[in-house]
Amino acid sequence: MRYDNLLESVGGTPLVGLPRLSPGPEVRLWAKLEERNPTGSIKDRIAAYMVAAAEKDGLLRAGSTILEPTSGNTGISLAMVAKVRGYRLICVMPENTSAERRQLLEAFGAEVISSPAAGGSNEAVRVAKGLAAEHPGWVMLYQYGNEANERAHYETTGPELLADLPTITHFVAGLGTTGTLMGTGRFLREHVPGVQIVAAEPRYGELVYGLRNLSEGFVPELYDESVLTSRFSVSSGDALRRTRELLAAEGLFAGISSGCVLHAALGIAAKAQAAGQRADIALVIADAGWKYLSTGAYGGTLEEAEARLEGQLWA
Amino acid sequence: MAIDVRIPTILRTYTGGAKSVEGSGSTLAELIADLDGRFDGLGDRLMDDAGLRRFINVYLNDEDVRFIGGLAAPVADGDTVTVLPAVAGGAH
Repeated sequence: MRYDNLLESVGGTPLVGLPRLSPGPEVRLWAKLEERNPTGSIKDRIAAYMVAAAEKDGLLRAGSTILEPTSGNTGISLAMVAKVRGYRLICVMPENTSAERRQLLEAFGAEVISSPAAGGSNEAVRVAKGLAAEHPGWVMLYQYGNEANERAHYETTGPELLADLPTITHFVAGLGTTGTLMGTGRFLREHVPGVQIVAAEPRYGELVYGLRNLSEGFVPELYDESVLTSRFSVSSGDALRRTRELLAAEGLFAGISSGCVLHAALGIAAKAQAAGQRADIALVIADAGWKYLSTGAYGGTLEEAEARLEGQLWA
Repeated sequence: MAIDVRIPTILRTYTGGAKSVEGSGSTLAELIADLDGRFDGLGDRLMDDAGLRRFINVYLNDEDVRFIGGLAAPVADGDTVTVLPAVAGGAH
């Protein structure tokens, strides 16, 4: 396939069956390989959409500075889009993210400002909002509340899934900004009666939930509970175990958030199989494993890997 | 047997520092009432007049209770209930 530039090649990712992990011929798992995007994650879709929307609205002009709280993939995607479109990018990133993420951002020429590990992305959002107030000329795209995030999935991820899997019964994805689930979920609900939209939410170590008080809690502005049919909390241990199963059973080298999603998908698949119901379960492989090699997720015993992940933001 | 309830750091001042406590009840609402009876003030941190507080997430055996009946969700001995504050979480 031929494209005019790298940005044009975003999306159109393959959907591949997972025959060894599927419980049987009537209950099948399908993986949407988002690591095939230009910078290797699903976030290329939203970066392209958010920047295009800001350009259309006149917020971004040649040489503008983009500011974003991000602990990785969105920042890397924005860095690529910023290069192609000619913007400066500043990312606010929690200090407890993998070394590869920082290296990648710097390789793309983005500037990285660290936020404290305690509080995770909550703190990155807080620090970025403060910087945005101090620098009115900077443009914060703010993925947690940007409608173009959700629209990217409504207009691309959802239609691609429906075209490749018209018999889809379940859609399972990770819950972060909630954009993937909101956009894809809304599209599928409008086109597939009875489709189940399932969120898999990473459960981190205590450090990440270390708020000083409950009023500092955070729910992304994009989140609309009514789009989901269920929501599962997945421990680091379960996510790691499933990430390794993807590799061992299907030869799929995915990031840890994909293990989290697979864990929820396998739970649903087992229920459908036990109930004798047909199911075509599509799940999102948000990125590949490269950026997580330094976390030790793929080597040694599961217990060792889990201990190494304690306090890290792995999805 | 009882219901195992995991308490987040921020609410352990109510449980004498305990990471997990045992409770009983046939619904989540009854379980919270039982806990509030022994850990005074905990119920108020979990619920307001409208139900579960906005920044509180409660999981019954890893499933968000808001999708399985909310406060009316049935619970039973042997279940694990995990309480967590809503945070932005991970790497987006």
